[in-house]
Amino acid sequence: MVEVSKDLNVHLAQDAPIPLDAHISCAPGEVLALVGPSGSGKSTILRAIAGLNHIAQGHISCNGSIWCDTKSNIDIATRHRRVGYVFQSYALFPHLTALVNILEALGQRPAGEREARARELLELVRLGGLEHRYPSQLSGGQQQRVAVARALARDPEVLLLDEPFSAVDRATRQRLYRELGQLRSQLRMPIVLVTHDLEEAAQLSDRMSILHRGRILQEGAPYEIMSHPASRAVARLIDLKNIFQARISDQNPAKNITVLDWMGITLEAGYNGEFAVGDKVDWVVPSGSVILHRRREPSRGVRENPVHGTIESMVKLGEIESVAIKVGGQSEFPLFMSIPSHAAMRNALATGENIGVSLLSEDIHIMAPYEVDDLV
Amino acid sequence: MDWTAFLLSVKLAVWTIAVLLPLSVIIARHLAWRRYAGKAFVEAALALPLVLPPTVLGYYLLVGLGRASPLGQLYEGLFGTPLVFTFEGLLVASIIFNLPFAVQPMQRAFESISYEFRDAAACCGMSPMRILWRIELPLAWPGIMTAFVLVFAHTIGEFGVVLMVGGSIPGETRTAAIAIYDRVQAFDNSAAGAMSALLLVISLVAIAIANRATSKADRHRG
Repeated sequence: MVEVSKDLNVHLAQDAPIPLDAHISCAPGEVLALVGPSGSGKSTILRAIAGLNHIAQGHISCNGSIWCDTKSNIDIATRHRRVGYVFQSYALFPHLTALVNILEALGQRPAGEREARARELLELVRLGGLEHRYPSQLSGGQQQRVAVARALARDPEVLLLDEPFSAVDRATRQRLYRELGQLRSQLRMPIVLVTHDLEEAAQLSDRMSILHRGRILQEGAPYEIMSHPASRAVARLIDLKNIFQARISDQNPAKNITVLDWMGITLEAGYNGEFAVGDKVDWVVPSGSVILHRRREPSRGVRENPVHGTIESMVKLGEIESVAIKVGGQSEFPLFMSIPSHAAMRNALATGENIGVSLLSEDIHIMAPYEVDDLV
Repeated sequence: MDWTAFLLSVKLAVWTIAVLLPLSVIIARHLAWRRYAGKAFVEAALALPLVLPPTVLGYYLLVGLGRASPLGQLYEGLFGTPLVFTFEGLLVASIIFNLPFAVQPMQRAFESISYEFRDAAACCGMSPMRILWRIELPLAWPGIMTAFVLVFAHTIGEFGVVLMVGGSIPGETRTAAIAIYDRVQAFDNSAAGAMSALLLVISLVAIAIANRATSKADRHRG
């Protein structure tokens, strides 16, 4: 007998069509984000939880009941699993009004209660008054909210969100994030969010699982993963640009530092006892932890891991300037720095200028060197 | 004006539709959503009545349903009458030669329903019957109406197969199309003209009704 808990527990293994070997769990009220590029298997996991995909091997249990167990040939049909599923394209029934779309998911409630509950859900997602509109008469954001209301109408034991924000414009998306954040406090079931948008995952989830080719490379709090990726593959998947190779040149637990030799430049990082002096390692630093030395009046910070180089290129991304710095004469692996555009302007940064930067030692994260296996 | 023949045509059309439409829904859904070896062959076999000359189809039906055939003998054993040259035989023939007209538009309609709607319906806890009734049939409605009109018009108008399988027995197998031919042969042009006009009007009205129903169903689809 397999032990079951209140949590959603999923263990899947298959070879085709998408190779998968993943274990996830999600507690009631928790939001778990499955993040990965397309083809990484994240939607396959979600569909398997709902029973829409059949799996070769695995076990799925939720809220104390087993939904699927290939060893004992248990495979509960989708309609008997209480899942709320928000599809990427919402999949609202086009020939039914918003209200009727929601009513269709209320079959488990007594007939007399259904309409009142459907109206209540429409109010919850702030669509009161639009109950008689057809999906084609609603905006993208409104359709998404009907889809959320319909998913909740099922009184689900797990809420599954499959890239639910990808079909709306940016402004609407920010508003929907806030609404989902507010809604969350009222929800008592595990919530699994599938997304390829890291920022979205970081904003909405309590925990993230980074998926690649059907395997979970790392799982943890969004901040933890962003600052301490487990491997070069994870660092690449979460779009960290500053990934470099170095050698450990000294270990000093007393001072709580590990010293790196990076192309002849000495860098101090927070102490990491996993490696010995002489070991080859990968290291990362977030581009926001690369601090520009003020060019006119040097400040105290210049002594922390100073690095000098030439500005190779500058790209303005909204309010932020992404600056690529050529270090040590090589331009294959530039060091990236993100600074506010106004700071770039005040310091008269321009391509070809020589500048000095500091790498915040506590934000330098050391990892085992990449293996061929986890190469993207 | 041969009202008996006219009413027989309508009766044949109604019976054909009553049997064929539910049957075609099952076949069309199957063909739309299943993948299996030999599917192309099944589709080709279903389309045969579209390309075969009516007399060829009629000949095979006559042989296949005739008193010497296993099917004909089985029917005669069960009901005591032969299948060919009866209304029932005509109905069987009508169902067979109308298969592609019913199945093909429905198959296209079911194919155009995104699998996400069915997935979403299952996630809503709906049973397969309820999904069919509340989601699939309404979404496939334009295709079903097209099938309805094609089968109706084709049944009313079919001549060659009906003559081969049914002959021209008044009240039993003489449909309006055959009666018109009979009237022309007998130089009774006024009766032939009146019946032709009536068939023309009925066909026109059927198409108009179907088009209207289809556009109504389409209105809310984004």
